Amino acid sequence: MNAPMNFEEGKPAGQVRERLVVIGNGMAGCRAVEEILARDPGRFDVTIFGAEPRVNYNRIMLSPVLAGEKTFDEIVINTREWYDDNGITLVSGDKVESIDREHKRVVAASGRIEPYDKLLIATGSDPFIIPVPGKDLDGVVTFRDLDDVDKMLAAAEAGNAKGGGNAVVIGGGLLGLEAAHGLNLRGMNVTVIHLMPTLMERQLDEAAGWLLKTELERRGQTILTGANTKEIIGKDGKVAGVRLEDGTEIPADIVVMAVGIRPATGLAREAGLEVERGIMVDDHMVTSDPAILSVGECVQHRGMCYGLVAPLWDMCRALADFVTESPSGYEGSVTSTKLKVSGIDLFSAGDFSGGEGCEDIVMRDASRGVYKRVIVKDSKVLGAVLYGDTADGSWYFDLMKKGEDVSDIREALIFGQAFASGGALADPNAAVAALSDDAEICGCNGVSKGQVVSCINGGAHSLDAVRSTCKASASCGSCTGLVESLLALTLGGEVESGPKTMCKCTSFTHGDVRKLIVEKGLKEIPQVMQELHWTTPDGCASCRPALNYYLLCAWPGEYEDDQKSRFVNERMHANIQKDGTYSVVPRMWGGLTSPKELRAIADVVEKFNAPMVKVTGGQRLDIFGIKKEDLPAVWADLNAAGMVSGHAYGKSLRTVKTCVGSEWCRFGTQDSTGLGVQIERMTWGSWMPHKFKIAVSGCPRNCAEATIKDFGVVCVDSGYELHIAGNGGIKVRATDLLCKVETEEEALDMCAAFIQFYREDAYYLERTAPWVERVGLQYVKDALAEEGAVERYAARFHYSQQFMQDDPWARRAAGEHEKLHQHLAEVRPFPASQMENA
Amino acid sequence: MMIGNWLDIGPITQIEPGTARTLPVIGGEEIAVFHTMRNEFFAIVNTCPHKQGPLSQGIVHGDVVTCPLHNWNISLRSGKALGDDEGCVPTIPLKVDAGRIYLLRSAVIGGGDQAEAA
Repeated sequence: MNAPMNFEEGKPAGQVRERLVVIGNGMAGCRAVEEILARDPGRFDVTIFGAEPRVNYNRIMLSPVLAGEKTFDEIVINTREWYDDNGITLVSGDKVESIDREHKRVVAASGRIEPYDKLLIATGSDPFIIPVPGKDLDGVVTFRDLDDVDKMLAAAEAGNAKGGGNAVVIGGGLLGLEAAHGLNLRGMNVTVIHLMPTLMERQLDEAAGWLLKTELERRGQTILTGANTKEIIGKDGKVAGVRLEDGTEIPADIVVMAVGIRPATGLAREAGLEVERGIMVDDHMVTSDPAILSVGECVQHRGMCYGLVAPLWDMCRALADFVTESPSGYEGSVTSTKLKVSGIDLFSAGDFSGGEGCEDIVMRDASRGVYKRVIVKDSKVLGAVLYGDTADGSWYFDLMKKGEDVSDIREALIFGQAFASGGALADPNAAVAALSDDAEICGCNGVSKGQVVSCINGGAHSLDAVRSTCKASASCGSCTGLVESLLALTLGGEVESGPKTMCKCTSFTHGDVRKLIVEKGLKEIPQVMQELHWTTPDGCASCRPALNYYLLCAWPGEYEDDQKSRFVNERMHANIQKDGTYSVVPRMWGGLTSPKELRAIADVVEKFNAPMVKVTGGQRLDIFGIKKEDLPAVWADLNAAGMVSGHAYGKSLRTVKTCVGSEWCRFGTQDSTGLGVQIERMTWGSWMPHKFKIAVSGCPRNCAEATIKDFGVVCVDSGYELHIAGNGGIKVRATDLLCKVETEEEALDMCAAFIQFYREDAYYLERTAPWVERVGLQYVKDALAEEGAVERYAARFHYSQQFMQDDPWARRAAGEHEKLHQHLAEVRPFPASQMENA
Repeated sequence: MMIGNWLDIGPITQIEPGTARTLPVIGGEEIAVFHTMRNEFFAIVNTCPHKQGPLSQGIVHGDVVTCPLHNWNISLRSGKALGDDEGCVPTIPLKVDAGRIYLLRSAVIGGGDQAEAA
């Protein structure tokens, strides 16, 4: 430091000190002064204006004050003594109203005029208030200063006095969640309303956001994502509740608006300084007026505005270097985020939006509630999201800031610094080799390294074989990587690849996933991905639809169907054709129709100019060439004639094909048409692993081709032969005879039981034919032959059908998911001649 | 609805995350506007380079859409087909400002990224 030694006496006589006026007594303004004092204490006469009537405090610690973990005194950065000791004039509770650049002076609300040689604007930011009715009601607060905290504490106290108050926090970002946490600890019932589907979506991906949401809900908060505030309801001028776009009303004694911040640029703008989103500054924090500097959340530097504290410190250093004539220059900041909610470890830094050439490395540990994701591009760390274990956050952040080449530690990167920096241990196989024989590999089943190795030496040469013999990695699967390393170490190149995993996102097979969903009671897609250690943040086009089906099958009536995980046909309830239009097939029970239905179909064909209508192989009519925006209207017309969706587009029950049977046919032995209609009424609407076709033939001549269907009934004089697992598709397969029954009732029961067993046992996208080939006919027969099995499976099927037999067309025609069908808008460019004038 | 070089096509809330919606252009190529699960927005021409499938109807995962017709994976960021497939669909520059989506007008009318950025 080359600071003058004679601070007490100031500069040599005759030399007047420069006057530095600071607008803003916040973290940035005071830090800038501290930095300057550290470099050259005698240089300026300093005056600081603060709008708040108090000394400088650490604004980011307001959250712990609200939560009761700290007092105000503990978060004061600079006490009165500091101002006095350094000869700083503090003008608190007096807001600067204008800057007079011509005369180099500022004017405060009290009328006080203060001349300056250098002016520092550190006005920070203002909370953004969403423009909804009721925003000005008493009881609507922001979360910016100590006054806001006091209002929240008062509301909590009043609420506790009457046995529990209600708080609504609008905004599920960093600040909103900290406010919600504090209010929750203060005894309020807290509801968080967040517009986006993921909490803290700027910092977290879907997987980490889900973990956070689950944890906050566990702590008693209500978290509403994808919720849009319509208005704040008032009563006698005071806030009473919040109404959402969808009509939901939430009672509230206090509403905290925490949707974001905006740089406070008013003063600078009025003074004619260059302002865009923030006050424009150069690398030395100088504005468009050389005598005026600016730091903090109010500035825009190289196109960036910051809302975190770390960049402030960098800016203040650059500023102090500049005004003390040893300019260094600020080059922008790379930021990271931590949430200050006790007991929740969360870290986020850099860019995690993915993209060309980016590679996601994901590690999940369900037993500890850990999710880690590191994004690597061109051998450099681009970003990181950590939940549950943030110990390595600063290490990743450091690698990221320095742009270090991580190709040497790539394999071990996700395990953290201790592991990856271990030199030779950076090879995960080497690290596993270094473990002692009694080191625990599988925590769930208590299997040591020695046990796994002896199991491998005993003949278990694949992951699956290890799982079935010594149970290592057979439960939660988080030690799969370790077991794979042990296989590689023990066998060299002779590891047998196990059965195919579900997709590249997981090391589990379809069978494992199905089993674990039920065993562990997993009920949401993000939960499955976390608990079963998915290696991608949000799955892929193969696993999402499969998980959606497995959850729908496991938890009927409970699981909410995820439209985003549905293939287009199931999302649109129609079949997409090569030109992007759809075909529509209404259900015709057992292939029967009526003049009314035929008329309605004919009218639809004409009204919507359908270019083709065709009789399908499943005994119904297919209307082609319908545009997606016309689908709801088409369905409304068909519904009006009593027709419902034929599910010709789904992994679901398609048709029940029948012949005319004993009612008309001279060979017919039973009422095959009537039984077909009954079966279709019982089974329609059910989602399946794959499409499912049924037929009922009235005699062994088999006109309904029942012996190439998933479930076929062939009527004979003495009853009904029930056939399964036929297929008329790519690989033709005739059915196997399952059993013979005597009555229609038994046939219906067996049909329901077989379908349910298939629904619960087969893999997604596995038709009955390959399924039975895989598991064996005897396995199916045995399962259904157990005492009471038919009744149990049939009962589960009927239970599930309660929720499935709800015509999706009728819901769409009534306006459900209307956005899926409508264009956003239509662009009609001006003709070229007008364009030139436009 | 046209202001300057950017075309305001409405609020971000009109597209559910994980889905896309379409914007027909009279005399031009229909555009698909995507909202990903990671809360990013992209606009590309709504036509798969393979057999012209409507990409807006595909499953969205990360910043990739899988074409509903033959499962080609298309990067929403670059418009390029991923994996072993080769092809590219034009992208339209998009920005989100104060909760609204804007598309670069010249690209909307000119059919994507071949258009000169204004």
